[in-house]
Amino acid sequence: MQLDDLIERIKAACQAHAPLRIRGAGSKDFYGGMLAGELFDVAAYAGILAYEPTELYITARCGTPLAEIEAELAGRGQMLAFEPPHFGAATLGGCIAAGLSGPRRMTSGGVRDFVLGAKLIDGTGQVLDFGGQVMKNVAGYDVSRLLAGSLGTLGLIAEATLKVLPRPVAEQTLCFDFDAAESIAKLNEWGGRPLPISASFWFADCLYLRLSGAQAAVDAAIRALAQAGGKPIAAVDAAKHWISVREQTHPAFAAATLWRCALPSTAPLSSDDSLQAIEWGGALRWYADAPDGLRSEAAASGGHAVLYRAAESKRCLDGAFAPLSPALLALHRRLKKSFDPKGILNPGRLYAEF
Amino acid sequence: MTLSDSVFTTDRAALATRLKMILPAHCLLTDEEDLRPYECDGLTAYRELPMAVCLPESEVQVIDVLRTCHQLGVPVVARGAGTGLSGGAMPHAQGVVLSMARFNKILQVDRSARTAVVQPGVRNLAVSEAAAPFGLYYAPDPSSQIACTLGGNVAENSGGVHCLKYGLTVHNVLRVRVVSIEGEVFEIGSAAPDAPGYDLLALVIGSEGMLGVVTEVTVKLVPKPELAQVVMASFDDVARAGDAVAAIIAAGIIPAGLEMMDKPATAAVEPYVKAGYDLDAAAILLCESDGTPEEVAEEISRVTAVLTAAGARDIRVSQSEAERLRFWAGRKAAFPAVGRITPDYYCMDGTIPRKRLAEMLAAIAAMESKYQLRCANVFHAGDGNLHPLIMYDAAKPGEWARAEAFGAEILELSVALGGSITGEHGVGIEKINQMCVQYSAPALDAFRRIKAAFDDKGLLNPGKAIPSLHRCAEYGRMHVHRGDLKFPELERF
Repeated sequence: MQLDDLIERIKAACQAHAPLRIRGAGSKDFYGGMLAGELFDVAAYAGILAYEPTELYITARCGTPLAEIEAELAGRGQMLAFEPPHFGAATLGGCIAAGLSGPRRMTSGGVRDFVLGAKLIDGTGQVLDFGGQVMKNVAGYDVSRLLAGSLGTLGLIAEATLKVLPRPVAEQTLCFDFDAAESIAKLNEWGGRPLPISASFWFADCLYLRLSGAQAAVDAAIRALAQAGGKPIAAVDAAKHWISVREQTHPAFAAATLWRCALPSTAPLSSDDSLQAIEWGGALRWYADAPDGLRSEAAASGGHAVLYRAAESKRCLDGAFAPLSPALLALHRRLKKSFDPKGILNPGRLYAEF
Repeated sequence: MTLSDSVFTTDRAALATRLKMILPAHCLLTDEEDLRPYECDGLTAYRELPMAVCLPESEVQVIDVLRTCHQLGVPVVARGAGTGLSGGAMPHAQGVVLSMARFNKILQVDRSARTAVVQPGVRNLAVSEAAAPFGLYYAPDPSSQIACTLGGNVAENSGGVHCLKYGLTVHNVLRVRVVSIEGEVFEIGSAAPDAPGYDLLALVIGSEGMLGVVTEVTVKLVPKPELAQVVMASFDDVARAGDAVAAIIAAGIIPAGLEMMDKPATAAVEPYVKAGYDLDAAAILLCESDGTPEEVAEEISRVTAVLTAAGARDIRVSQSEAERLRFWAGRKAAFPAVGRITPDYYCMDGTIPRKRLAEMLAAIAAMESKYQLRCANVFHAGDGNLHPLIMYDAAKPGEWARAEAFGAEILELSVALGGSITGEHGVGIEKINQMCVQYSAPALDAFRRIKAAFDDKGLLNPGKAIPSLHRCAEYGRMHVHRGDLKFPELERF
């Protein structure tokens, strides 16, 4: 598949006013609003275009599987620090479009923090290059980062450049017998100390804490946290555990209807017993089924709730994402229109209104 | 400099009358002698007198000023401390300067959540000072941090020595409160790790005051490392120093800071700060490590080994906090130090892939003879962000023009080498022509549509950052895509 094939397809759809549903591996078909339009399979536009370990970047086509990118990076002792989920065969384009990050997000940053540049094909079939391959570039608006989490509604992310980082030398996971409220309190306390915490996960009154960094730093942190009751977990089990969290194969994510609440890490805990898991130092909380008022409660705490996994009818009825204020919705519509004037790219996937 | 691409005709008397209705007398300046201090920012080569300067004290006043300007079709240039180096806060002759200097309060420091809520006129360093009692600090540290404000940092997406490891402003701001040109208030981002909808924070941060006026900022605070130590290495050859930087990264080390100075720069700063720099070295590398004492010791020994293998002629490790600060003092004082040895200097801000460093420095040396001007180089070696300081004398006829051409050539070479025309200072008015070199016509057009989505009359900071089609045509660098000239209907110059 060539770039021109992608351009021609979008141009034709634009002329015909025929919506397209952009899809890589389809690993996140469950996520977001409705899936409308003719399937536009871009998985074949794949391949790593450039990888410069000493410049800390990798550039690849949208259909490149994350597994391929990560294998290439691992060969040079590097990684995608935001630990994106693969959910099977996730591709680079889908990873950026969905904007989902994994366990390391709170300390390393999310997808958007690592996007350096993108080649975008907008809704009229124009190729737009934004950003680049250098760490610092403040020329023009930072459209590359804007694409993270835009769910393909602003254009097809044909190629992208991500910043990469060295893999930590040492890693150790500790487990604490804490309930949810105690976990949140401790995570916020530890977060204010110079400890090399790289991930946290609470489930069923057990708090898992991952330490990553220089061997000396990890060893010192283990000593410091031993008095809080942290018990080390065998490396092989810990590795499996964090993959099950990243891939959401852990039982915490098993519910048919799953809500994702992003909150300030210190937000008080709802006593609702549908709480399944807590990640990201207390800032990401997962709920099963639908406790009434979860969305307004999240908003009142300064965060938001996403109807993350549910029947499509329910996602379409309630909206997968928290509603925007009228001023922000108007701005979103104008931005959408500026990139996709005919509204043919993934309509309704982010919000029903555009 | 006249902005041929942003023509407005403002009725000065009508504007003053309206502004007097919404602002108390001490918040409005209209006399020429009062306006004079606002005629430029840190880039003093470009000056313009505004029609009025507004110094609002409340968000309601900001809303009223913007609404008034929107109704009257008057351009507005928001401004913080004015430390910007690309003319981003240069006034518009037909417009209003909106100084956010009185928005100078730190509203909240939350120890547990590790956040601070501040007004845009708060100085960068003041945030870290307020967080210090909790063992926290605000990571982005532009060299002007004593004076520059958070609002300006947001506008320019400022970086600093620590941004290789801790990120730029865009990585450290969680939420901003923005007033649109129509006077509508909206909040972007949140104190949670993400917010619903598009990541508008990414658009607004670094937008150079083109999309809205920020009235409040929530920033992330991070734990202060227990210890920081710096390794100073000198090299006989700049290419070798560049290779040493790559070798450090290849070894899996991301230092807290990684900076380089060339011989002319060290020669300028050593008499000024007496940091003990090796004056015979072609380049000096400063590499900082921070963390727990154990971690720092481990990293310093690895860095030292890498630098030795890379051929450093001399390596010194700071043995005390005082010594660490002295090593840094020269790098931090490079600009004023160069200011002492030349009547004027012009600071550039290009970013290149690190591996092209030697090539760039050789090209700059050739440009020194071409333009008959000297140039000292200091740069953020870790991320390839160069700051060539072109020395000139504004009093000598033709020198400024040569300095300007010298700078433009450096920026255009940065793009050719795979980099960017600005790493942290912004485009402003200074680099607007080079935007036509870095970006294709369709990408520039997308920028203009984004601008229009926020500000359809184009009143916020007109003539800056995003060049008009007209300007690119005038600059003669219109992007020609596969032989098809975009907008063939347009007249060429």
